[in-house]
Amino acid sequence: MFPSRFRYEAPSSLGEAVALLASHDDSKVLAGGQSLIPMMKLRFASPALLVDINNIPGLDQHGAQPDGSYRIGALVRHADLEKSTTLGEHQPTIAAAAPLIADPIVRTRGTFVGSVCHADPQGDWASCLVALDGSIVAHGPTGRRTIPVDDFVTGPFQTVLAPDEIAVEAVIGAASGSRKGGYLKLERRVGDFATVGVAVALEMSGSTVTKAGIGLTGVGSATINAREAADAIVGSSLGDDEIAVAAEAAAAASSPRSDHRGSADYKRHVVATFVGRLLAQHQPAEAEVA
Amino acid sequence: MTLFEEVPVTTAEEIPVRRVEMRVNGETRAANIEPRLLLAHLIRNGMQLTGTHTGCDTTNCGACTVLFDGQPVKSCTMFAVQADGHEITTVEGLATASELHPIQEGFKDEHGLQCGFCTPGMMLSAKALLDENPNPTEDEVRWALSGNLCRCTGYQNIVKAVLWAAEKMRGDEPASEDAADGGGEA
Repeated sequence: MFPSRFRYEAPSSLGEAVALLASHDDSKVLAGGQSLIPMMKLRFASPALLVDINNIPGLDQHGAQPDGSYRIGALVRHADLEKSTTLGEHQPTIAAAAPLIADPIVRTRGTFVGSVCHADPQGDWASCLVALDGSIVAHGPTGRRTIPVDDFVTGPFQTVLAPDEIAVEAVIGAASGSRKGGYLKLERRVGDFATVGVAVALEMSGSTVTKAGIGLTGVGSATINAREAADAIVGSSLGDDEIAVAAEAAAAASSPRSDHRGSADYKRHVVATFVGRLLAQHQPAEAEVA
Repeated sequence: MTLFEEVPVTTAEEIPVRRVEMRVNGETRAANIEPRLLLAHLIRNGMQLTGTHTGCDTTNCGACTVLFDGQPVKSCTMFAVQADGHEITTVEGLATASELHPIQEGFKDEHGLQCGFCTPGMMLSAKALLDENPNPTEDEVRWALSGNLCRCTGYQNIVKAVLWAAEKMRGDEPASEDAADGGGEA
């Protein structure tokens, strides 16, 4: 399959890249290309100008910052996150999801930020970023702005990014307590989209949950922020009752459709099961006994 | 008003051609290409290195896997122009003139292929794994190959072949399947 004809530029600075994007009203940014190139081959996307940002230095770093936030640059590949030895202690939710993105070969090219910008309702990273209350930093001709992920995605494959803006990094704010969490994904085979994905992110002070976020993948026409479910456990010590309430609330927040991956009831059941499992991992020892 | 009015001939759309230069299997190669040319097509049709297969052409099967700066990539999901200045290894780059690469030997010894279509991609994913982890467990091999689909073997012998190659590359003499069962070819 051949995409339609386009002009290709690979600038070596953000300034040049933004100027190129602004020079053409039908331009697109190329990072990992693992969603964009398949879409171009199918001609769902036919940009006239492709601005490859792979030669721009400084975008391939991820890590904890002095202010406690965690930043993931636009050229950080899924495999960089999967192989990181330090990610898990700072960002357990992201560390749990990294090995479950696509397949190992796609993970060497595809990027975290690109995946969020692609805004596929089936994307795993968006759920993680929603659960972590993260943001995307956009670099445009007039400077930078930080956009919370809930405002960033406006619909399937749609974001608020202006045509001359580049998403340069994802940011997760500093945690008030210790960060816990995880990601569970039910997939029929490696590389398939999630039948159901659940991201849980907790901040805990001792055995008390001080902040919680739950993101759901593949069970609606967009990534779902299961706020009620998360609220049900804030202030608790993850007792069995609170976990059960959260699991049911998450299932109620989902709106899956029956398809070849499973019935709507089945998917709702899996949402509740995954939320329960992820939360139970962080129950204090005495709660397990009780 | 005449019966017709002559209009200027429409000029053909300008075709954006770029020159790229890359190392392919250790050799420097250059080409003038259109940016929309896929890396898989440059390798197969342009360079006539037909060991790289295009299977699904939709980023699923992994038959088109090549190494891009040592990392496995699906060459149907990269533009050739992105390889400018980079290092590509295809299955043709594994063997030397006189001998097979241990991974190729492993696939031969352990019957790691049937129709052979997925084999080049499997071998390159295996090479990337063994370059990084010379002593993988069976689980690690299965994990590393999980982006490459095979519809013949059921994967058992592919996994055995990679473990065989790992042993050989570490300098141990791999236990041959043939010796164990009295000759697999019989």
